Amino acid sequence: MTRPSRRGIEARRRMVALSMLAPTLTGLLLFFGYPLVASVFYSFTRYNQLQAPQFVGLLNYRFMVTADPQIFTAARNTLWFVVVLVPARIVCALMLAGLLARAKTAVGFWRTVFYLPALVPPVASVVAFVFLFNPGTGPVNHVLSWLGIKGPLWFNDPAWSKPSLVLLGVWVMGDMMIIFLAALLDVPRELYEASSLDGANGVQQVRHVTLPTISPVLGFAAATGVIAALQYFTEAAIASQVASGKITVGGGSGTDLGYPGSSLMTYTQLLYQHGFANFQFGYASAMAVVLFLTTALVLVLVMRRIAVFRPENNS
Amino acid sequence: MRRIVSSLAIATTAVLVTAGCSAGSGGSSGIDKSAPDKLSGTVSLWHFFSDQNADVMKQVVASFEKKYPDVKVELHDGQDDTKVQKAISAGQPIDVAVSSSSQPVGSFCSSGAFRDLQPFIDRDKVDLDDIPPAVRDYTQYKGKRCTLPMLADSTGMFYNTDLFKAAGIASPPKTLEELEADGLALTKYNPDGSIRQLGFNPLIDFYENGVGHWQPMINGTFLNADGTSAIGGSDAWKKLITWQKAYVDRIGYAKLRAFTSGLGQESQASNAFFTGQVAITIDGEWRVGKITKMKPGLPYATAPSPVMDGVGKYGASSITGNVAGIGRGSKVPELAWALLKYLTTDTAVQVELGNGVSNIPTLTSALKSPDLKVSPVYKTFVVGAADPHTVTFPATPDGAAYLQTFQKAWADYQEKGGDVNAFTANLDITIDNASKLAGP
Repeated sequence: MTRPSRRGIEARRRMVALSMLAPTLTGLLLFFGYPLVASVFYSFTRYNQLQAPQFVGLLNYRFMVTADPQIFTAARNTLWFVVVLVPARIVCALMLAGLLARAKTAVGFWRTVFYLPALVPPVASVVAFVFLFNPGTGPVNHVLSWLGIKGPLWFNDPAWSKPSLVLLGVWVMGDMMIIFLAALLDVPRELYEASSLDGANGVQQVRHVTLPTISPVLGFAAATGVIAALQYFTEAAIASQVASGKITVGGGSGTDLGYPGSSLMTYTQLLYQHGFANFQFGYASAMAVVLFLTTALVLVLVMRRIAVFRPENNS
Repeated sequence: MRRIVSSLAIATTAVLVTAGCSAGSGGSSGIDKSAPDKLSGTVSLWHFFSDQNADVMKQVVASFEKKYPDVKVELHDGQDDTKVQKAISAGQPIDVAVSSSSQPVGSFCSSGAFRDLQPFIDRDKVDLDDIPPAVRDYTQYKGKRCTLPMLADSTGMFYNTDLFKAAGIASPPKTLEELEADGLALTKYNPDGSIRQLGFNPLIDFYENGVGHWQPMINGTFLNADGTSAIGGSDAWKKLITWQKAYVDRIGYAKLRAFTSGLGQESQASNAFFTGQVAITIDGEWRVGKITKMKPGLPYATAPSPVMDGVGKYGASSITGNVAGIGRGSKVPELAWALLKYLTTDTAVQVELGNGVSNIPTLTSALKSPDLKVSPVYKTFVVGAADPHTVTFPATPDGAAYLQTFQKAWADYQEKGGDVNAFTANLDITIDNASKLAGP
């Protein structure tokens, strides 16, 4: 009986590892790799999903940069959500988690109360918010008028529509809050005690103890938040439709996307409109490729910023 | 490793090429020289209707099955255009498909997703002259007839008769000048200067206002014969845009926007016309059924849309609607054609569908049928549909994207204003550039 060679053992090990990875790898190739490669391919074509694609070179990319009247508005709106909505949600969720971490009584009750909005389906929460903030019939402006304040048009004013959606985003921050709460409760007490002995005040403790310890969680929240903001679709689309007074069931896309005044037109809505309403799948694919690259770039930048808080960078 | 990467790249390319090629193929044979004497087999019907309207389709299909006892129809309710498109693209043998709007006609005809119906029409000597000209127009693309109309929507003007009486207005406006005068006379303000009641809302993005529905006001066209935008070269569109902008400015954009923001949902009982907050509105025939259901006592009447004096044709409407065709993968094209012909060219069936769904039939014979239920307020839309000057919007491979582009640009212009010539010239460039992206 001969002993298997080292190379044979290595090969067998590799085979075992590959067979165990196979289901995941297959899924990745089928549902991520193929669509990604296909999108890049279609981005150089004119394609309507009904006929063979026709190679058009850089036409789609050229149109995007030089002729699409909505692309820069959509990109600007989307970046606005990345820059404002994501930090707003993180800051508010972190502050709320900080308060809940210190709560002594009815802890479970308060955690449930603040988490509950996150369970409301996005469509329902948007519809409810737009009705609440309706300038004519909603209670918000009614209450403001008691205080002598003339409320804005909220979802019907291009200047207020995005901030209104930020309010909604903050209201449904329960998912983020619960993760931060878990991270805060995990910060070793000894670190606070040690820093106290060193004379650190509350702000210094947050800066030098809390944030560095929970920075991986902050990084996760920022990364997932940025990805979600770059793909922001449902809330903006529903808000536009309801605020324009044209809510329908299964009404599909139309001229209401982005209402009021294209202020809520996000990149993914525009992509959807080109792909599914205008049969311009080639152009929609080009937009998807640009979105993918932008997401990757923004994520790298965000992760670098978050890394500042890591203990090893915090000397 | 390099070998694996190369193999993967080759395999991926092969898959893409194969997928790309297969998407373009489709069956086209199967038409007999003469209509078959006897029909038998199973035929599928995909349509977007749901709830009560799906029941109407069921009844009509039952009568088809009664006429052809050896034919069984498989009904697929609630199938929107995207689902139909995906199914056809995936090679599913859809026999007959009904789309809710005419917007995909350009894509379905030019791509061959729907079969060319002309051979069937010629063989069976189907009289297309019974279909009103505008309806014939929106169901074909560049002369290729791949769909037939099933039901349509026609537009007109709704006005509140009590408010008219209170304001001393004896008859509905027929011209835009009269519309503006009546609209301003019917507009009431609160002590703080905000609008309490609006005669007519001129904002282009209000409810059913829109470039398509305002088209009859100037007998307008959107595209030239070569498919390029006709808006910039049209004095009529420029006059309409200028008139609308002046009307908006007369009341004030901010006031109009504030008032409109507080109004209810168009499709619900809170519709501003139902509540009396707006006295005159441009809308479609479907609103008659909604009023009957949601606000039965509303004092209102209907009339054709007012038109620009000397430009528009009074009495005409804007019409578009459902279209039906035969999927390219149909294995039973004769059965599919029999069903399609039954749904779209049989006067009695069109009347039954029109009465059941409360939409406009698409045959002149059905519009004139004594069996069609036509109340006085509904008559405006039936007569409008049959008017020879009634207009529609042409199909394009990008799903008539020019309508969205025009509408969005106009919504922007009504607020910011500017040189109308420059505005429409830029619009032409945008529309023409975008049209190159769709296809092949």
